Amino acid sequence: MKDDKTIEMLQILEEDARITPAEISKMTGVPEKNVSELIGKLERKGAIIKYKTVVDWEKAGVEYIYALIDLKVNLDRDNGYDSIAERISMFPEVESVRLVSGNYDLAVIVKGKSMKDVASFIAEKISTLEQVRDTVTHFSLKMYKREGEMLHKKDADRRLAVSA
Amino acid sequence: MKHISNRVQNIHSSGIRKFFDLVLGVEDIISLGVGEPDFVTPWHIREACIYSLERGYTSYTSNWGVLELRELIADKLRGDYGVEYDPEGEILITTGVSEGMDLVLRATINPSDEVIIPEPGYVAYKPCVILAGGMPVTIDTRIDNDFKATPEEITSKITENTKAIILNYPNNPTGSTMKGSELEEIADIAVEHDLLVISDEIYAKLTYEGTHTCFSSLNGMRNNTILLNGMSKAYAMTGWRIGYACGNREILENMMKIHQYTMLCSPITAQMAAVEALRNSDDSLRKMVTEYNRRRNLIVKGLNSIGLHCFEPKGAFYTFPSIADFNLKSEEFAERLLREEMLAVVPGNAFGNAGEGYLRCAYAVSREVLNEALSRLERFVGRLG
Repeated sequence: MKDDKTIEMLQILEEDARITPAEISKMTGVPEKNVSELIGKLERKGAIIKYKTVVDWEKAGVEYIYALIDLKVNLDRDNGYDSIAERISMFPEVESVRLVSGNYDLAVIVKGKSMKDVASFIAEKISTLEQVRDTVTHFSLKMYKREGEMLHKKDADRRLAVSA
Repeated sequence: MKHISNRVQNIHSSGIRKFFDLVLGVEDIISLGVGEPDFVTPWHIREACIYSLERGYTSYTSNWGVLELRELIADKLRGDYGVEYDPEGEILITTGVSEGMDLVLRATINPSDEVIIPEPGYVAYKPCVILAGGMPVTIDTRIDNDFKATPEEITSKITENTKAIILNYPNNPTGSTMKGSELEEIADIAVEHDLLVISDEIYAKLTYEGTHTCFSSLNGMRNNTILLNGMSKAYAMTGWRIGYACGNREILENMMKIHQYTMLCSPITAQMAAVEALRNSDDSLRKMVTEYNRRRNLIVKGLNSIGLHCFEPKGAFYTFPSIADFNLKSEEFAERLLREEMLAVVPGNAFGNAGEGYLRCAYAVSREVLNEALSRLERFVGRLG
């Protein structure tokens, strides 16, 4: 599965989800039919999770508030990290959940329409969970880079239009 | 004109320059005419350069260039091609390969010495030979031979005045590369006729099929080759102007003599950036080469399907499609394409007579631009019928 062509295909798709199998075929020399088959296989396997668009909502005129929450949790004999992490992950307000090393156990990113929205979500839904021992919430003030993309800067092409 | 020297009156401005002036007047153009990477220099290199300024690296360097940089180059050449150069006396940091080419020609060419140049070839070689007082002798390479210089073509041009031959593989403008075994045959000719080989290998890292053979790694060629290379194309560092010349100590010493009086040294800021590039760029280099290769596959298939026959270039970032089916001269084709579709390419004859009937299309552009350019070309060619 982890052969070079598969990795290359995933890299191309990670960069541009809208690229067609025909184009991938032209770029890599893999026949179009094989490209489609391989993509199908990767989708079924869950290696390709979903095709999404990276949106700068601020530019689109829609306001969202993001908060990064550090969580300390209590574990008991029956419940490891997975069960609490999955439980938190189920909330649609939660963008990402990671188990991390260091002073806290889970790093959670929450997205909401307003500061009040996010604050009350954390207060009512997260902090009240039995296993949650301690939380620290950082509200995001400005986002600079997301999904590997710079949000506020586009490098202009400064090259001469024709050169040797 | 009264103040202009005869020597300079004998050379013409580049055909690219002429076309550039045309392009200036056209708005909203997209261009496959750019001879440099579309990537900006990787951030870690720019960052290291800024740090060097903060630490106050703003002085002259040794005429030979920063020793650390020369040592890194020696290591790279040993690792990549198995060629040994002493960082002290056999490697000179130049202000781009352009300066290196000028230095080697001025250091070796006497009046009436002939220099063999395969064409289509880079625009600067002929004028540099003339400025050095020599006589350029061109050979016409052919598309049916993938624009490689053949031993027969070279031999047929050798006279008692032949001093040197300039090779540039991977090639600008055709993207052609030559295998080790093919270069070996040229090396034999060079040894037999005691010729100096000036090998401009600036596109070496952009080799997509097979491996690049460094000319001086060939049997018996180390002392008869001046190897020219630099940072521009592989590391997306064109504007930094850092190149290097490697070769025989005696020739290098004499090149350095000219360099110390005319250039003194290459800018230290750019040399510090080059140090970082050679140390830590393997990853960014690999990414760029992978991306060029994908675009290469796209453009070659695209051009051929439009009816612009194009051999498969194995290096650099150029394609050199033929316009033989359309009954137009290169310049006329390129000018009409520019006016009617706002798409810039370089007419092949800018690279010598052997380039007439061809276009140079660079694929150092984003995939979006590439696809748009191909559809404009298709529309244009469709109208030509």
